Amino acid sequence: MTSVIVSSPFVAPGNKLRRLMLQVIIALLPGTLAYAWHFGPGVIINIVLAVLFALVFEAGILKLRAKPVMPHLADYSAVVAAWLFALCLPMHSPWWLVLIGVGFTMIAGKHLYGGLGFNPFNPAMVGYVVLLISFPREMTTWYLPASVSGETLSLTDALRYSFGNVDIGQWDALSSATPLDQVKTAVGQSISISEIRTSPVFGEFGGKGWEWIALGWFIGGLWLLLTRTIRWHIPAALLGGVLGMATLFYLVDPEIYASPLFHLLSGAVVIGAFFIATDPVTAATTDMGRVVYGFLIGVLIYIIRVWGGYPDGVAFAVLLANMCVPLIDYYTQPRTYGEK
Amino acid sequence: MLKLHHFHGGLHLDGHKTESLGRGLQQATLPERLFLPLRQHIGEYNKPLVKPGERVLKGQVIAANPSLICAAVHASTSGVVSAIGDYQVAHPSGQSDTCIVIDVDGKDEAVESTPPDPGELTSSEMIERICRAGIVGLGGAAFPTSPKLSRGKANGIDTLIINGVECEPYITCDDILMRHYAAEVLRGTGYLRQILQPSRTLIGIEDNKPEAIAEISRALAQNPLANTEIIPIPTIYPSGGEKQLIQILTGKEVPHGQLAFDIGLFCQNVGTCVAITRALEKDEPLISRVVTITGDNIGEPGNWEVRLGTPISHLIELAGGYGHAAGGHLVMGGPMMGFSLSSHQVPIVKASNCIMVMREETIPHAPGYHDECIRCSKCTEVCPAQLLPQQLYWHARAQAWERTQEFHLFDCIECGCCSAVCPSQIPLVQYYRAAKSEIRAAQKAQFKSDRARVRFEFREKRLLLKQQKDEERRRLKREALQKKRASPGTGEPAPDPVQAALERVKARKKSIQEESQ
Amino acid sequence: MILAIITISAMAGLFGLVLGYAAVRFKVEGNPVVDQIDALLPQTQCGQCTYPGCRPYAEAIASGEAPINQCPPGGQATIAALASLLDTEVLELNAEHGEHLDVPLVAVIDEQTCIGCTLCIQACPVDAILGASKHMHTVIAEECTGCKLCLPPCPVDCIDMIPSQQTIDDWKWSAPPDLLQEMQDA
Repeated sequence: MTSVIVSSPFVAPGNKLRRLMLQVIIALLPGTLAYAWHFGPGVIINIVLAVLFALVFEAGILKLRAKPVMPHLADYSAVVAAWLFALCLPMHSPWWLVLIGVGFTMIAGKHLYGGLGFNPFNPAMVGYVVLLISFPREMTTWYLPASVSGETLSLTDALRYSFGNVDIGQWDALSSATPLDQVKTAVGQSISISEIRTSPVFGEFGGKGWEWIALGWFIGGLWLLLTRTIRWHIPAALLGGVLGMATLFYLVDPEIYASPLFHLLSGAVVIGAFFIATDPVTAATTDMGRVVYGFLIGVLIYIIRVWGGYPDGVAFAVLLANMCVPLIDYYTQPRTYGEK
Repeated sequence: MLKLHHFHGGLHLDGHKTESLGRGLQQATLPERLFLPLRQHIGEYNKPLVKPGERVLKGQVIAANPSLICAAVHASTSGVVSAIGDYQVAHPSGQSDTCIVIDVDGKDEAVESTPPDPGELTSSEMIERICRAGIVGLGGAAFPTSPKLSRGKANGIDTLIINGVECEPYITCDDILMRHYAAEVLRGTGYLRQILQPSRTLIGIEDNKPEAIAEISRALAQNPLANTEIIPIPTIYPSGGEKQLIQILTGKEVPHGQLAFDIGLFCQNVGTCVAITRALEKDEPLISRVVTITGDNIGEPGNWEVRLGTPISHLIELAGGYGHAAGGHLVMGGPMMGFSLSSHQVPIVKASNCIMVMREETIPHAPGYHDECIRCSKCTEVCPAQLLPQQLYWHARAQAWERTQEFHLFDCIECGCCSAVCPSQIPLVQYYRAAKSEIRAAQKAQFKSDRARVRFEFREKRLLLKQQKDEERRRLKREALQKKRASPGTGEPAPDPVQAALERVKARKKSIQEESQ
Repeated sequence: MILAIITISAMAGLFGLVLGYAAVRFKVEGNPVVDQIDALLPQTQCGQCTYPGCRPYAEAIASGEAPINQCPPGGQATIAALASLLDTEVLELNAEHGEHLDVPLVAVIDEQTCIGCTLCIQACPVDAILGASKHMHTVIAEECTGCKLCLPPCPVDCIDMIPSQQTIDDWKWSAPPDLLQEMQDA
């Protein structure tokens, strides 16, 4: 009757990889929409381009590796990685920048290690860091949010920018360093925080517009927690790490060190806490390990922001913590049943 | 009221229990032939005590082993032994094992029994009788009961736990048994108390069985037992696992490498209690058990009291035959821990609590493709043994057996929770089972090679010793000879014996020739 | 200059003493590598590796004289274990020495034909044959390593090698085949 030996359990699994990935995509929507609202359609163009390129890369490499293509494409992991990568880019980026970044994300970040589940480093962060180091000019040309400049690029302008041979200088008036960058530069020039904060790019707590985007990521993060797609350990520890460090130094000297809320609501801390550091493949797996891992990232983000060479440090912090994961996992093994 | 504890992880599963509960407990008819495997328990094989052609009576011992572990096999009804040979048995391999086949004569004649007065028996006499009745744990593990009792008694038992939890979906045999044989369950509990002298007894029943709880409570009210409590416990899989139940009821964990009775606890299934009652009160050996037959491809799911050795096909016929297409997928045990059967000719044995008859479509087959592990740790969250299943999987797949043992592979109880929640649908338990098999085989081979080494080295030593002795002897002889030669001659050298013999022969030949002339 | 020379000499002397002490204090008896290798070999003592037993082969491996792939009874598993112990490459079993059997063999003496010559008893490396001169011999199956060394001396060819009896307990769960296959194909 039964020729193949099938092992119990004989129940259909309740979770599906694809469903988990879909939950992540759903959770990304509020933040992505807030991002596009403040910075224009370039954000969406980046995401669409990145996802398309990622699917092409994924299919091509799977074919080369003689692996089944459709089941892997259908798990949406490539879509999630590409989406997260696209969110790291400046809102207006030429198509080739997206192509190169996604190429590194999918090939060097993921498939060279053996594909989904085998990569030690967060693929999206690998792609982003490669671009950041290789194309510093393109990667640091950010634009003002609509709430500051009063306008965003139209869809046609954004498309022209992405695909046309348009000089960046044309929209110079709109381009600007990110709030984090401004703080860093200013502190380097011995201008006090309170003086910089009078610049129009700053809102109540962090960068204008950026605060709302952070809120969007936060809502998405809550959705992930509610659907039990992720667990609380990493986000809580990461945010705790950033806030803890920021509070400590803010109390020491508020004129040199920005407020904890500014650090929380600027840059990629919130999306990093809920979406990037929680990538299960590259994160620690034990509960205790996840707390250590999250906290380590939080502390590293602050260190890189304040004393490092880059205005934001989420990508580097995540990659550095990825390296420590085997060690963390080894030393945080839980006590098994019956063990003293 | 006892404070309940929690075990780590676990799952809330769809019960699927109502399907098989509607028809009460039914008595199965006798099949034409019984197939009784020589071994239906954990331990050594029994040896057959009957020969083909011999007539046997119900309750007669037909296979036993003289060793301490007693789990003899009895004839479940009267008939003639028609063969002793290899037949398919309930085993995940689908392989055959030695069975005694009895052609049933339908008279159901029993051997003469001598029911004692259980009140008069000493505890060692009780254990003796439980041993003779061939009783094993009926919860599924089939560990012989009497050696467990002897060891428990020797260790001293503080808490006796009666397991009526039955946490796996679909299975209802213990539920029905508690409803119909509540008094027997409690009398059996009483006998266990007499033997073990525990300071308290806890009867754990999952709270999705209110009728069983009510029946047992009523029976307990009629015949109270000292320090005995019925504890309804929350429904969560696998609360019926011995270690998990102990954790829920006492908050204690059985230490690594020890057994429950090492820490003064003793668990016994409700079905085993009934078997003990029958053995002590009626001198009736274990020849039948309650079996749930259920699933989405059986006509009338229900519970049957079945003679051991009854082929499953007979039971399927009794339960209204196959529901949809004939055939389908047979599983012995529940959906979480059971195993597939290769044939419907497989007999019911002591450990068979449930037969699931499922449509092939509803059984998730080992898929030809599953996603990769993304280390999401959902398996870690549900693992009742608090293991790291994703790490175990990683090492098991890389065949790094030593690493799997460092991650406590052998603490895995194979409950199936990890596989059930895995978003990548990896058959994790199968990886662990395969790893355990490989490690056990390697240990066995290592044991054998170590023995061979000892024997080889012993032989080498012996040969060396022999050689030295031979040399020593030769040396002594040589020396003696030299001494002899060195000493002055004692007159004429002795005549050469060979020469003398030849001459004698010549002389005789000569004389014979002369005579013939 | 003088001070430097004195300091360095003093340090050299001190470390020398420490090393000397350690050498005496933590002296290792015998050759543990040979023991470790021997522990991994299957101890069939069959000589298929061309050495007169497992220990001589272990010694040969330890001295670098023999490669690790000459043990058919141990098969690929033993080779892998040896490679991991010695931190060398995993080799394929050298087919010249024989072929690995999944089910070990066991010798059986045809008791009708046996003339009781005791030659096989003398040949058995693990004393697994029982018998006396002019009396029928028999193999203790549990102790037999399946080395076949008893076959050549038998003058009447009454010994057969049969696969050892596998019971239901010897059955092994197999790992899900798909992924491993996929990995090998890739």
